[in-house]
Amino acid sequence: MATTATPATPYLFHRHALVTRITHWINALAIVFLIGTGLNIFNAHPALYWGQFGADDDDARRWLEIGSADAPDGSAYGFLRIGSLTVHTTGVLGLSKGSNGQPSAIGYPGWATFPGVRDLATARNWHFFFAWVLILNGIAYYAYGLATGHLRRDLLPRLKELRPSNIVHDIVSHARLKFPKGEESKRYHILQKLAYGATVFVAIPAMIFTGLGMSPGINAAWPWLLELFGGRSSARSIHWIAANFIMVFILVHLLMVILAGPYNEIRSMITGKFRVDPEKA
Amino acid sequence: MTDSPKILTRRGLLGFGGVAAGGMLLSGCDKLLQSDKVNGVVRSAENATYRWQRLIGRDALAREFTAADMSPVFKANGTRDPQEPEYVAHAAEKFVNWKLAIGGLVSNPMTLSLAQLRQMPARTQITRHDCVEGWSAIGQWTGPQLGLLLKAAGLKTNARYIVFHCADNYGGELSKGGAQSTSIYYESIDLVDAFHPQTILAHGMNGAPLTVAHGAPVRMRIERQIGYKQAKYVMGIEAVSSLAGFGSGKGGYWEDRGYEWYAGI
Repeated sequence: MATTATPATPYLFHRHALVTRITHWINALAIVFLIGTGLNIFNAHPALYWGQFGADDDDARRWLEIGSADAPDGSAYGFLRIGSLTVHTTGVLGLSKGSNGQPSAIGYPGWATFPGVRDLATARNWHFFFAWVLILNGIAYYAYGLATGHLRRDLLPRLKELRPSNIVHDIVSHARLKFPKGEESKRYHILQKLAYGATVFVAIPAMIFTGLGMSPGINAAWPWLLELFGGRSSARSIHWIAANFIMVFILVHLLMVILAGPYNEIRSMITGKFRVDPEKA
Repeated sequence: MTDSPKILTRRGLLGFGGVAAGGMLLSGCDKLLQSDKVNGVVRSAENATYRWQRLIGRDALAREFTAADMSPVFKANGTRDPQEPEYVAHAAEKFVNWKLAIGGLVSNPMTLSLAQLRQMPARTQITRHDCVEGWSAIGQWTGPQLGLLLKAAGLKTNARYIVFHCADNYGGELSKGGAQSTSIYYESIDLVDAFHPQTILAHGMNGAPLTVAHGAPVRMRIERQIGYKQAKYVMGIEAVSSLAGFGSGKGGYWEDRGYEWYAGI
């Protein structure tokens, strides 16, 4: 793009490369299934521990639990327990309406899991299939992003962008729902870079490496991987934390797509073309 | 810049369609599970995992821990007290008349008493047990290597798998979901795991004889795979060329109920 003046009328800009678009949608499909199956797998033992091991009797190692219990009046309730904090979560976590309409003692509710009923075998089959998809797709994306400079150029924050004043400015713009126009709309700003960067460079690699580490076969072949995370039960905890980060990212990402203009944003990830609106004088 | 606004709108709608389909995925896509074609593709991942793990760590050893790392309480799971009359009788006699049968595609079929197994050179290892449900426990196991027994029995060249026949008639568990039917527990492994140095017939656990809850008189330790492969109450070992003739033909009690045969993951 030459440094000509911004045209007064909207024009289409080629924003996303074909490889980016294809890997984005494969990634989206894989992650939707990985989350749904992951929640189903979690339901088989809805508790998390720190260290090399953790099971029912290891109270000191358990830092999170989703379950159900009976109140003094005999009524059942669902709860989420983190450390010494217990929150009642009836209807969503621990106790929710099952497929038969009756209250069911289950970690995550059926509407959030895949399959929609308790089925550890099927959830595992599908989780490991989409784990392969995620890894192979991720390798393609990374190879492309490194070779073309896309990751460094578009996602890696620059030092001056990390200045507090710039971050505050971007937070204020987002809070006022003022999105960049003109030339400025063609690049990612610091909050976008931090959100996308944390997902692409930290959360998804953390999911993959903690997931691989939990496999006893991989653990034998690459014992250093699990030690990196402090043991198997710690890796499982970090796997869950990173999954939660990704779930929050997806919600914010979808919200921002809607707020910024869903036609233009979704089209740019399908056809690559992004409409650049002129800046108002 | 030749796109007309009309086309843009259509494409935008396409995008919306995609997102909407994604949104309905988790609620509506249980239907996908009914397609044999889809399930075939999904299940192909197991073979990819099996080949990949054999490639990167065919002879790798599972991590071994020290006594200080052991779980204070090692959870007993699955069958904890078999009720089958034959087993109950053996347990009442402290397994003095129990015999392990080794047969199938071997040159020298044999039976071994518990006393004979205890006299064999034993390996002791402190390893981590990873249950398919998600919990882990570290314990110490003692027993002869399976490879030693198989060498004594002399595997025939067409043997490809080792099948473990167990004493317990298992009824499944609600927590694992689905309709679980009752049948005799069994398991199977390939010859790489069968001759792996850490694959042992454990008759001792945490410095004491194996208890009934943990699979007495002997259970398998196949340290690079998930808990359900660690068959308890082993009564017989059979070398076979195919898994087709056992249970529903998938190679194990849980495998017949949808779980991976190769459970290194």
